[in-house]
Amino acid sequence: MKKQDLPQDKSALDNFTREVCYVKNEAGNYETDLSTGWEAKKVALDNAWDDINDRIKEAQQNVRAGISSPIAFFMEEKLMDFTVLSGYTGFWKWQIKRHLKPTVFQKLSTKKLEKYATAFELSVSELKNYNGSEAI
Amino acid sequence: MEAKQFNHHQTAHCENGVTVSLLKHHGFDKITEPLAFGIGSGLFYIQIPFMKVNNGPAISFRTMPGAIFKRTCKALGIKVEKKKFNSPEKAALYLEEKVANNIPVGCQVGVFHLNYFPKEYRFHFNAHNLIVYGKNENSYLISDPVMETTTSLTEEELSKVRFAKGALAPKGHVYYPIHVGQISHETLKKAIIKGIKRNCRDMLNIPGSFAGVAGIQHTAKKIRKWRSQLGEKQAALYLGQIIRMQEEIGTGGGGFRFLYAAFLEEAAAILDEKELLEVSEHLTKAGDLWRDSAVLMAGIFKGRLKTQQDFERCADLLDQISAVEKAAFTQLSKIKFK
Repeated sequence: MKKQDLPQDKSALDNFTREVCYVKNEAGNYETDLSTGWEAKKVALDNAWDDINDRIKEAQQNVRAGISSPIAFFMEEKLMDFTVLSGYTGFWKWQIKRHLKPTVFQKLSTKKLEKYATAFELSVSELKNYNGSEAI
Repeated sequence: MEAKQFNHHQTAHCENGVTVSLLKHHGFDKITEPLAFGIGSGLFYIQIPFMKVNNGPAISFRTMPGAIFKRTCKALGIKVEKKKFNSPEKAALYLEEKVANNIPVGCQVGVFHLNYFPKEYRFHFNAHNLIVYGKNENSYLISDPVMETTTSLTEEELSKVRFAKGALAPKGHVYYPIHVGQISHETLKKAIIKGIKRNCRDMLNIPGSFAGVAGIQHTAKKIRKWRSQLGEKQAALYLGQIIRMQEEIGTGGGGFRFLYAAFLEEAAAILDEKELLEVSEHLTKAGDLWRDSAVLMAGIFKGRLKTQQDFERCADLLDQISAVEKAAFTQLSKIKFK
């Protein structure tokens, strides 16, 4: 990539930092330059977030419809997969999968709920009483 | 105690940056990001089979986390100390002690709770690296190589990112060079050659079809099937994942190819070997082609392009890149160094 071709597009990095890129200067040698962002990867990141937001909405609806427990929603909301949540709570993946069922979730002890609440950075009552509404 | 001043260096990639900053701090001024990356054989390509990352294909354009620091220090004859912890308290005590003794240390951290990053970038990615170089009142002074300036984190915030959970959980991993002596020009030359040879092996000779130049073809083959297998929406998301791994902050652009080309340019001067410049040109070409593929892929998920033919064009481009990189590394592997 030539120095003059380095994109300076708007991106999520605005007001945080610019990133170092390796470019060829006019003499044909490499040097570093700073870029504010690039449209092609901005759309990739935006697209990934659109997908995440879709998944969060879907999880919300499932909680509202009584298909899944609040854990399913907060997992999506905190971008966690089973490995991550298992790491933060100490539960096995198969245990977490069980806890996604509303009937099982209802019977969880406060101690277990606390582990989830801590992982999601919530209070136990926020976790327990989440009913699938849009505002948390 | 009078502290030796620590200087922040911004680099493209975090692990290169930690390596460069720490070695410079210990007096090895010749080290640059491209040299650290090349001596550490940082360039790679792999699509890890049967694994998903953020619901997309698990693709990497660089070698394993931790390898660059480890290999570069080893090749330069630098002794390093590294530690992992089960207890956050012990990890904090250890760090406290290093800071009290004015020893800047590298820390592996998770990005999700790293509050000076924009929210859009905060995924559960646990192989980020930064340097802790001091402390004031209640905050640790942080030199994060991808940031333009230094930042800080409270004890609690730092503990949280050092004990992030999930894949590649850092477990409070800290590392730093204990002693960097005089590094001779001969040692540097040998380290560069070793790095080049190992990188040729990684790109050309790993058995199976998932890694190195063969891995790029493997992904091309998959791309041809994604549209019919996954549907348009999911297939576009998968392409987006490739772009992000390839171009996101930390790569220096073009999936680290420009960074490696810059390394070969520096190596050509240090080793006095002009043929390395030719290979560098080929790697620049590969990086440019990766950028072209990103533009094409972005067109697909913006909905401008979405026919099977467009996916075929992406795949063709990847096949072409694979061929360019294969030729480049084959030429590189045949150079007889003096």
